[in-house]
Amino acid sequence: MKVNKKIKLFIEGFIIFNILWYILAVAINMRVLPKPTDIYFNLANIYGGKLYLHVLVSLYRVSLGLIISLILGVTIGLIMAYSNFWNKILNPLVYFTYPIPKTALLPVVMLLFGLGDSSKVIIIVLILVFQIIVAVRDAVINIPEETYNPIKSLGASRLQIFTNVTLPAILPELLTNLRLSVGTALSILFFAEGYGTQYGIGYYILDAWTRIDYISMYAGILVISLLGFFLFILIDLLEEAICKWKA
Amino acid sequence: MKIDNLHVQERNAGGTFIMVEIDKLSVSYGSKKVVNALGPISINISSGDIYAVIGPSGCGKSTFLNTLSGIIKNHDGKILINNEAINPKKHNIGFIPQNFGLLPWKNVEKNCLLSLKIKRRAIDSEMKERIDYILSKLNIGSLMNRYPRELSGGQKQRVAIARAFIMNPDLLLMDEPFSALDALTREEAQELFIEIWNQYKTTTVFVTHSIEEAIYMGKKIIILSHCPGTIVEIIDNPLFNTENLREKEEFLKLSAHIRSIIKKGWKI
Repeated sequence: MKVNKKIKLFIEGFIIFNILWYILAVAINMRVLPKPTDIYFNLANIYGGKLYLHVLVSLYRVSLGLIISLILGVTIGLIMAYSNFWNKILNPLVYFTYPIPKTALLPVVMLLFGLGDSSKVIIIVLILVFQIIVAVRDAVINIPEETYNPIKSLGASRLQIFTNVTLPAILPELLTNLRLSVGTALSILFFAEGYGTQYGIGYYILDAWTRIDYISMYAGILVISLLGFFLFILIDLLEEAICKWKA
Repeated sequence: MKIDNLHVQERNAGGTFIMVEIDKLSVSYGSKKVVNALGPISINISSGDIYAVIGPSGCGKSTFLNTLSGIIKNHDGKILINNEAINPKKHNIGFIPQNFGLLPWKNVEKNCLLSLKIKRRAIDSEMKERIDYILSKLNIGSLMNRYPRELSGGQKQRVAIARAFIMNPDLLLMDEPFSALDALTREEAQELFIEIWNQYKTTTVFVTHSIEEAIYMGKKIIILSHCPGTIVEIIDNPLFNTENLREKEEFLKLSAHIRSIIKKGWKI
């Protein structure tokens, strides 16, 4: 229901956007801004079947980055929420590193970890993990104390309290954060794929750009946008499945 | 009737025994500047009793309940349930807080069965019968798949009562359980509670700020003093569970008596 609504919203937005694009393209009438119809009709011919390979490579990098960020971020966030000692040690570090634009570290990461996939995944993790840590820690700390009272009076173990109260209480926040992270991860990916790789949708777009193949370039932009939308829908489905209790 | 006749007397009637023994219980807060929040309180609660606790705000009523429920562990004095030091893991303690304490991410069914799940108790045929009886009595069988946000205040209240009775608690604690309900729903809920209580005779302590509620639902009424709350008086309430309570002359006398204590600043 909710997902259907979102898809409807997407289609409406898609149509309006394309109409505006079309009007703008006709008005400007330059080769750098082709009409959307040119892209769609050419989508099948572009690079034969190779586009999907770029998409898969990008998807692999983004997913790996997200998964590692989530595992690290949730674990560290929980440790900081539960342990005063660790919060005291890690909080200054998180606070200090949070505003550093970590994309600037890409050269450092590439020097340390090579030009391959690992440096691209690591830069994604570096950027996402801090916001996940902060979100998880704050979500746990913000659970009102009295939420725990009935289950404590039942003599629940720490694990039972965690699985029955803490985890479900922070899940909505975690998913909101995941949604933000997907958007961020895709932007970083585009940037990171400009260096040291021949695959990935980011590379595809930049390569088409340098070859002045504007049709391919726009096709690439279109595909990376669809990739983002696909990941959003996945998170919506996830949210609908595990946060049914929320309005 | 003289007010003095209302005072508590040790009952030795058949079938009852001391369920909860509270000996010089006191609770204090703060590590640097210690503030005494409650007590010392000593009282013996027999099985099958309902105690209403009434007192000025900030006198430690909620602290008292939180200590009895094992949520507050730092206290002086002793609390024994069935001659054993209180331990939520060992004892079955039902707790209904003011906001009913339902977990918003669990539907009604899972909320009702939470106590059994935490206590790792299997649902055998006897338990099944008990659950079905309580659910039908409280008329929430049709709400099983709903989430708390989809329930009215009265419905939430009934789910909370169901959850508490399903686990068959040694001790049931309620923190102003009816105060969040509107007047009509409250009366209905109180009647319903008494009905179920009469079935199981669960030993109960509840906190209230309503004199009327205390008289209607409390077999015994504890009046607490200003902070730190100590017992001013324990009234053996002859009007417990009386129909048409408000029309009775004794009701007026008793509530006037309680009111006079309140006016004197919760002292005798």
